[in-house]
Amino acid sequence: MSDPASTKVYPDAVSALADVLRDGMTLMAGGFGACGVPENLIAAVRELGVRGLTCISNNAGLDHFGLGILLQTRQIAKMIASYVGENKEFERQYLAGELELEFNPQGTLAERIRAGGAGIYGFYTRTGAGTLVAEGKEQRVVDGETYVLETGLVADIALVKAWKGDTEGNLVYRKTARNFNPPMATAGRITIAEVETLVEVGELDPDQVHTPGIYVQRIVAGRNYSRLIEKRTVRARAGSGDAVVA
Amino acid sequence: MPWSREELAARAARELADGFYVNLGIGIPTLVANYIAPGLKVVLQSENGMLGMGPFPYAGDEDPDLINAGKQTVTELPMTSYFSSADSFAMVRGGHIDLSVLGAMEVSEHGDLANWMVPGKLVKGMGGAMDLVAGVKRVVVVMEHSSKDGTAKFKPRCELPLTGANVVDLLITDLAVFSRATRRDPFRLLEIAPGISSQELRAKTPANYLE
Repeated sequence: MSDPASTKVYPDAVSALADVLRDGMTLMAGGFGACGVPENLIAAVRELGVRGLTCISNNAGLDHFGLGILLQTRQIAKMIASYVGENKEFERQYLAGELELEFNPQGTLAERIRAGGAGIYGFYTRTGAGTLVAEGKEQRVVDGETYVLETGLVADIALVKAWKGDTEGNLVYRKTARNFNPPMATAGRITIAEVETLVEVGELDPDQVHTPGIYVQRIVAGRNYSRLIEKRTVRARAGSGDAVVA
Repeated sequence: MPWSREELAARAARELADGFYVNLGIGIPTLVANYIAPGLKVVLQSENGMLGMGPFPYAGDEDPDLINAGKQTVTELPMTSYFSSADSFAMVRGGHIDLSVLGAMEVSEHGDLANWMVPGKLVKGMGGAMDLVAGVKRVVVVMEHSSKDGTAKFKPRCELPLTGANVVDLLITDLAVFSRATRRDPFRLLEIAPGISSQELRAKTPANYLE
């Protein structure tokens, strides 16, 4: 595609990770449930076999999908997440004391990642004040309101999934598959993006780019997306018209 | 007779006003969307990054890239917008969402809410609940008055770990509705389910409230 000496484009997920991924690293992985998950890159982490990883992700994947496949191989030592309800292997390892777990409120997790990527050491938030989440953290009372200090998060490698990307690493996400991917793209010392469609520069509308290419060091075209749906919910065709979500 | 799940959802829907941006939790709160009064413009926010959440898709139209915070397939509307999780919770924390309806395990007479963790049981995580109660302007809780074993859930103090301290504005149970004007006020009994006497309600409610 472009000059091979400076290209961000890698032929596949394994080659994008092989020379930088090490045991004990902190990884971020985008996605909410099964939506917007960097499946190809996670599969490559499994193939490369590194261990003792700390993974920052909203969820821990399903038993056979997303980060769940790294739990099966015991490659994850610690998870930082907001909700891990859909994974039996996670439950087993956690209850057996094999896996360390840190829960963050979802918005606090997102903002910690955003802050990390933006060079902000920490921020004071009302979220979690008066709860277990605040224990051991610096707190401030301003105008009668208690705020908890939460610190920014960065990762050795951030793995993100986008719908389209160009060879300069500009990314466009699709619908709710955006979720944690944009803040995580900013918070990786190395950010690797996988995209459903990789295009040449000039093919994306610059006004529509969600993640500017400066945040993305490596990009690969993903393959064989599972298109997995966790909870298929539909409405009857007859009647119900404008009835909203039930 | 205690109110049904559907009646609870319908009662919570009466808290919605025209132009409201609303976040609905999982369970009975999700049903509230079915009772939005005709002619009322209410925009549903889904904290995974969507404003203007539409109904479930028709079979065959499901899109794996389009889900709500409960991981269910949904649809978009002409006014829909998408954004990142960081933007989504900036919206929540910044007080831009008018109302949230959530379920609960316990509510205290001081408006504390517990709905994410039972010590000794496997904890799935708080998800976005702590952010919602900390940031949304008005928090409505819908829950059963007593748990399955008959233990009261509206009590002087929560025994379970909190989701938020002093965050509940309106409490709707299957026996009664309790409200308070501000978060400095005590709860006051507003409505009582048909056939439930105020003495019976008192007997089933360890929390203090005004009548």
